[in-house]
Amino acid sequence: MCLAIPGKIIELLDDNLAMIDVSGVRRKVNISLIKHENVQVDDWVLIHVGFAMNKISEEQAKEQLQLLAEIGEEQEALAEVKGYQFE
Amino acid sequence: MKMRFVDEFRNPELIRKTLDEIERIIEPDDHFRIMEACGGHTYSIFHFGLQELLPKNIEFIHGPGCPVCVLPPGRVDEGLEIASKNSDVIFTAFGDVMRVPGKKGSPLNYKAMGTDVRMIYSPLDALNIAMKNPDKKVILFAIGFETTAPSTAITVLKAKELDIDNFFVYSNHVKIVPVLKSILDQPNMRIDGFIGPGHASVVIGAHPYETIAKEYKKPVVISGFEPLDLLQSILMLIKQLKNGESKVEIQYKRVVMEGGNVSALEIMNQVFEDRPAFEWRGLGAIQNSALKLKPEFSKWDAEVQFNVEKITIEENKDAQCGEVLKGMLKPNQCKLFGKVCTPDNPVGALMVSSEGACATYYNHLYSTMSL
Ligand code: SF4
Repeated sequence: MCLAIPGKIIELLDDNLAMIDVSGVRRKVNISLIKHENVQVDDWVLIHVGFAMNKISEEQAKEQLQLLAEIGEEQEALAEVKGYQFE
Repeated sequence: MKMRFVDEFRNPELIRKTLDEIERIIEPDDHFRIMEACGGHTYSIFHFGLQELLPKNIEFIHGPGCPVCVLPPGRVDEGLEIASKNSDVIFTAFGDVMRVPGKKGSPLNYKAMGTDVRMIYSPLDALNIAMKNPDKKVILFAIGFETTAPSTAITVLKAKELDIDNFFVYSNHVKIVPVLKSILDQPNMRIDGFIGPGHASVVIGAHPYETIAKEYKKPVVISGFEPLDLLQSILMLIKQLKNGESKVEIQYKRVVMEGGNVSALEIMNQVFEDRPAFEWRGLGAIQNSALKLKPEFSKWDAEVQFNVEKITIEENKDAQCGEVLKGMLKPNQCKLFGKVCTPDNPVGALMVSSEGACATYYNHLYSTMSL
């Protein structure tokens, strides 16, 4: 729960949602918490329990993805993203 | 701006240089006890074998930053009892909660006995279940430090906006700084400095830790999760300690802002207020250490809307979860570790979550033994 998942914004949607891509998995996440950061398509964000927590650089995103893979949490992270069921 | 690349955090030369610098400034008579507050840090320290790389006179004390580990026994049961007694109630919680042992069993055991228990990945999932099941009442068993509380807060605001009246939050959200202070207040406790949590600090920023630096005179360095992040943070702590300083510093500058996430803080403060006191496993009641819904959101507060029966549990008297949580014992010093208590058959929550210190120790010992 402590480790956040990096994802790339693919599309901005209504209702404070955005379509994001995490290693090929696409799901909707809520972006209310980073509205002040003026997020755009192609921005990378850190995701925690269905919410984007902050904007990060592509390098930071790759670093976080590698860390998740290396400590064996990547599958769990993808399962989490796949599990988001909200519309 | 200079870009940092992944390899930079794995660069053996940088790691070597950082270790050399630590070894250069630490003296043989020093003995520093450093608490890493976050379970994710404990995991990284073990996974990358950092303790073995560092001089022996730097000791890691594993902190309380694993949300399910610090839940007082009985808390999960209280939520489950509501659901098991009312056939129209659905109990929802994150995966970490599902195997936490309770008086009559874990959420999974309750599920097997017929209670409607569902695992979710986001608080919004619980709201969605409520919307799809208007004839049911959905309880979100909410856990987490400040990392997660803003997400629950937005979900409550959304329930209000959409006028959803069958969604209820059973809040167990907790705050990181009060618990660190309470650990420092324990008798016979010596901690010299803290590695501050990376992702909770994304929300709260650096300022709330000032009281630890100023009043308790303990340095705090907010750290990332890469091996080099942690080593740099340790170097920063040791420098402060050797200079007799106690400041709050951010090592994880590429993710954590000094002032935190302003929107998240605002939303959290709009929905939640401090509880006068909250019971923590092994630490007792700590003032202003947890969050409950503000009265204007009581319509969505499970503790207000349901008759919650207070449940206390006689713990196995050999379980030493409290001592481990306070950093007084290492997990493998608990009498039950690895014998009675294992990840497959956990006695305490520290053996359940992958961020729990006992599970981390067990998995690490087991994987090195089987090599
Ligand atoms: S080994 Fe089990 S009983 Fe002992 S402290 Fe860890 S979780 Fe608690």
